[in-house]
Formats: sequence, structure tokens, C-alpha cells
Amino acid sequence: MADKKKKFMQGNEACVEGALYAGCMFYAGYPITPSTEIAEGMSVRLPKIGGKFIQMEDEIGGIAAALGGSLTGLKSLTATSGPGFSLKQECIGYACLAEIPLVIVNVMRGGPSTGYPTGPSQADIMQAKWGTHGDHPAISITPAYVQEILTETVRAFNLAEKYRTPVVVLYDEIVGHMREPIVIPEKGELEVIDRVKPDCKPEDYFPYDDKYEIPPLAPFGKGYRFHVTGLNHKKDGFPTNDSKIIEENNLRIMRKVENHKDDIWKNDEFMLGDAEVAVFSIGSTARSARFAVKQAREAGIKAGLLRPLTIWPFPDKAVTELSKKVKAIIVPEMNLGQMALEVQRVSKKAEVAGIHRVDGEPINPAQIFEQIKRFK
Amino acid sequence: MSSPTGGVVKKEKVSVPFDYNKYLRPNKLPHIWCPGCGHGIVLKAMLRAIHNAGLNKDNVCVISGIGCSSRTPGYVDFNTLHTLHGRALSFATGVKFANPKLKVIVVTGDGDALAIGGNHFIHTCRRNIDLTVLVFTNATYGMTGGQYSPTTPIGSQATTSRYGNIEPPFDACEMAKASGASFVARGTAYHTLELEKTIQEALEHKGTSVVDIIDACPTYFGRMNKFKGASQMMEEIEKDKTVSVKQVDKLPPEKVQGKMLRGVLHKVDRPEYCEQYETLVMEKAKAK
Ligand SMILES: Cc1ncc(C[n+]2csc(CCOP(=O)(O)OP(=O)(O)O)c2C)c(N)n1
Ligand code: SF4
Ligand SMILES: [Mg+2]
Repeated sequence: MADKKKKFMQGNEACVEGALYAGCMFYAGYPITPSTEIAEGMSVRLPKIGGKFIQMEDEIGGIAAALGGSLTGLKSLTATSGPGFSLKQECIGYACLAEIPLVIVNVMRGGPSTGYPTGPSQADIMQAKWGTHGDHPAISITPAYVQEILTETVRAFNLAEKYRTPVVVLYDEIVGHMREPIVIPEKGELEVIDRVKPDCKPEDYFPYDDKYEIPPLAPFGKGYRFHVTGLNHKKDGFPTNDSKIIEENNLRIMRKVENHKDDIWKNDEFMLGDAEVAVFSIGSTARSARFAVKQAREAGIKAGLLRPLTIWPFPDKAVTELSKKVKAIIVPEMNLGQMALEVQRVSKKAEVAGIHRVDGEPINPAQIFEQIKRFK
Repeated sequence: MSSPTGGVVKKEKVSVPFDYNKYLRPNKLPHIWCPGCGHGIVLKAMLRAIHNAGLNKDNVCVISGIGCSSRTPGYVDFNTLHTLHGRALSFATGVKFANPKLKVIVVTGDGDALAIGGNHFIHTCRRNIDLTVLVFTNATYGMTGGQYSPTTPIGSQATTSRYGNIEPPFDACEMAKASGASFVARGTAYHTLELEKTIQEALEHKGTSVVDIIDACPTYFGRMNKFKGASQMMEEIEKDKTVSVKQVDKLPPEKVQGKMLRGVLHKVDRPEYCEQYETLVMEKAKAK
């Protein structure tokens, strides 16, 4: 039985499975390496189940159409890589302020600019948080295994729907193109959350009603006839110049994430219990780190791994706690120190040491093991 | 009577008299537009056309980008979406494609549709997705204070062309037609009744219908180019510089030269995007 559901697939293909499992019925995007397999997969699968796939003329059109799809009530997805992720930023801010659920996948390749299209990176971590202008809530999910891309894509949709906000799934090219055996979960096995819709009369509906932490969202075309804008707005959705309301509008969207960090955070811990040296890492780099930790243990060094599956909001609590217990936190990442900076920000005692690589090659276990040895 | 993709198939005699309050959101007025701005006249024509087409308010979605013209959705009682500068057509494509039962109307400025959104404009027309696109062509960027736009005539003054504009203007209708829109028309704020009828015909057409609407920005284009006021602009630009497509053949060449054509300029039957997806893509995908 279980064998039947077992499949050998690529990370990007698992992303398609995850999106469909979550109930995604709308995809709009523009092809770009190394994310294209997601678009290709959705173009085959969606029309079979009555869903909609459209290839737009650019990435801005892709995310904008996906937001339009979401406003009609369909769970929507767009996927891209570095240059396309840059183009989508203005629309991500729109989704934050207009509170439109959406999942954006960014399969990270080498940058800046066209950079190294077929090479991996983890250099869009800060962009996922700060890419669009203005203060705004950010949720980013960082799977490291093909199986996890499936389950975490489902979780990304759940968070987007639950908190009425865009969610970014971030993984590097290695995980996106790696093939591994995975199990497709049965229906009902994973939690699937749908956005809350209003049950009040249309005349009583406020799309941004501050009596709710996360106001219900009506789909277009069901009699509610409400207004959506990217301008700061009142609870009825119409623009305002009232500074008090503008402030409250800006703060409320932040609180949706701020007040629910414990629900959004997710960490995987490996051999951390008695660890004296910790590694903090995501994606394919975390897989090397896990290997290095095992090597260290074999060499008698008490090493452990903290692997966040939610990178935004940053796992402050877990890192601060960890920093009180260990001598050092090693942060290997395929960028020049984006995560290390955050780890430093919240660390209380431990020394923070980065391992950085921007040559398009993965960080290997030996590199990490060398660092671990320094702190034994 | 709406067809599954929102195009009105049968014209029913509308006996209910037109009532502004039915279509406006009176508590969202006054609007932001300057006295004499042409955008309000276009709004009126749009509402009357929607009324005459017999559309149900719950099924109408009005989507705009950013600009003075793009403020229109806030004042009208439909499903309304005020998006980002240049992106109205992409959001609209998403809404229409996701729910083809909706009648989607895009309200956009000449800058919004033809400059920053120019690529979306071309590809929307190419797909021939069932949207009605109303381009408010006032030859300027009104919202940002009168910079030159892709429809500003050569030689004109703008806050960014103090020595006279040197960029040749676009003809939105030519571009729409060349890109594949199956309905292309032009109207002006001066010819209000004609505009109302043109918009209604656009609404009743299935496929991408584009109406280029020439209207005036007296505040910026007008003042900078020494017009005395809105009425002079309407006379000299909208009335004197356009000629109806119905009369053009009867007029001597000198009366036509340098003038823009008004009326329905192009109307063909071409497969509509959402229907193509449903009948070709979905059916084949399900059979496989
Ligand atoms: C990305 C972006 N660039 C620039 C602007 C500034 N901006 C707002 S409206 C506008 C021009 C509007 O002109 P048009 O579309 O012709 O509308 P009008 O105001 O003339 O009706 C510009 C440049 C913006 N809001 N967003
Ligand atoms: S600035 Fe021009 S386009 Fe804008 S409202 Fe005033 S007159 Fe109209
Ligand atoms: Mg304009």
C-alpha cells in the first residue's frame, strides 16, 4: 500500500504536489531557472482538476494575476528565482497591505543580477524579508528535503490563508533539483487550512475590520462588493489620510505575524541536547551540517544542529536560548553573512562564526567540520 | 443575460431608469478630481453603459492601476480593485481567468496602460481575454503633476518637457489592434452620448475590448499649454481634432488630415482566452 504512494521526484516537482495537496487552483508566473519545473508541473496538473494555469508576460504580471486569482477565492501560487523575485517585490508589498493570501516560491540561484542561473545560493534571505519597500510582515519557509518541500509548501499555503498574507517558500537550487524518494500523503493526513470567509450580510461586511485580528476575506463576485487598494485604508477598505488610522493599519498587519510567532516558527533540532558547539543552517547547507555534526560526534565533539524551517519571522527565541548554552554557533550559508548577522543580533553569549560561499558550489561537510573543531 | 464568460449575449430592453445612486458609492464622494477634469464625464458614461448593458452589480469587477483616472473604482458600487501603477491588466487577467463569470472592466490612464503597463497591454490584447479596457487618455501624468506621457503630442509642454516634448505619441487604438484586441474603439469626453454607446458596445463584445477615451486634464496639460480652461480643451482637442469613423468617408481629405478617428474602429470575432482554456486545455488535460 505504502509503496503505491512512494515516488521518486525532484524538489520542484514536490512543490507542485504540495501546492495541489493544499488545494491550490491558480498559478500564474514566468519561467526562470531553476524554478521552471514548478510552472511546467502546474501547467500539466491544474487543468486536469479544473484549475487555472497561465504563463504571463513577466514576473510582475505573474504575481499580479495570482493576486487577482486569490481575490476570487482561489488559492494561488507563483514561483520564480532571483531576478524574477526582484520583479515581484512591489506586488508582495501590495499583498501585505491589502492582506491577500498568496504563496511565492523562490528557488534561490546565484546573484546579484543574472548571476549564476544554474548555480545554487542562499542569498535571497534578506530580500525575502526586506525586498519590498516599507515596513511589512514577512513569513518565509525554508525546506531542506524533497519530502519537506511538499509538506512545507502545504504549510506555506496554510499560513497564507490563516494570516491573510503572502508567504515565501525559499530553497536553494540544490534542493529544488535534487531527486529523492518521497511519500505523497493521503488526503486528510496533513492539515489544510482555508481562509475564513464572512458569514455576515454584505452591508455589514468590512474587509479590514479591526475587531478581528485577521478579518474574514470575501471572494469577489459573491455579493459583498468591497474595495481593495494598496493605499493605507480604513476598515471598509477605502483610502484614508487619517494619521491615526494609517498607523493602526500599518501596525495591525505587523501584529498578525508578531503575535503568532509561536505558531509560525518551526525548527528541527539534531543532537542539540548536550551540544557545546551548534550549527545554524537551512536548505542543502543544513544537510551538509547534519553530516558534519555526526562526524564531530564520532570525533567526540559535542556538536548539534538547529535547522529553522521558518526563517522569517527569525527564530529569535530558539537562537537566544541556544546561545546561552553553547560556546559557539556556526552559521554556514551560501551568501556573505545574511543569516549570521541575524544570529549575532539575538545571541546572548555564544561566539558566532560564519562560513560563507558565493562561488556557486555547495558548502560541504568537511568545511563545517573544520569550523566545529575550532571550538571543541 | 450573461454568458458563462460574462459577455452579454442578448440585449434586453432596460426599462429601469438610470439612477446614479444605484451605481455610485455616495458616501465616498466627493471625488478627488479637479474641477473641469474629464475623468468624471467618462465615469458617468461608464456607469450609464453598465446600466444599459443590464449588468448585475455583483458580477461586475472594476479594476484600475494608479493615477487620477485609476481612482474611479473607489466611487463605484461593484467589486473594486485599485492595484499598482501599470498592473491593472495583470490583476484583471487573474480575476477574469479565475472567475470567468465576472464582467471585468479595467479603468486605466494613458501612462498606466501605455507606459509602465505597456507590455501587459500588448499581451492582454494578444490573448483576447474578455476584459473591457477603458484608457483615459489625457496626454499627461495627472496624478504626479503633469509630466509628459506616451500620448503627449510632440512640442507640448509638460513639467518634464519644458523645451517641448520630442517623443512621438502612441496611438492606443493602433497598438491594441496590432496586438490582437478584437474590439477597438475611440471616444471622447466631449461626445458623451456617443461614448456611452461605444462603452456599451465594448461591454457587450466578447474578447478584449479597448476604448481609448480622449479627455482633458485642465490642471496640468491645460495650464502648461496655455488653454484657457476645460471647455476650450474639449472644443479644440476632443471636438476639433477628432472625426467620427461614420463620417470620415464623406469628408474631404483636408477635413480629416491630422485628426483621430472616433467610434468603433475594429471589431472581429476571435477566440476568447478563457473559453479556449476551458474547451481546449481543460478538456484535453482531463482526457489524458
Ligand atoms: C511604480 C510606480 N511608479 C511611479 C508611480 C508614480 N505615479 C503615480 S500615477 C503616475 C502617472 C499617472 O498617469 P496616468 O496613468 O496617465 O493617469 P492620470 O493621472 O493622468 O489619470 C505615476 C508616474 C507609482 N505610483 N508607481
Ligand atoms: S490633475 Fe488632471 S487628471 Fe488629475 S484630477 Fe486634476 S485635472 Fe484630472
Ligand atoms: Mg494620464
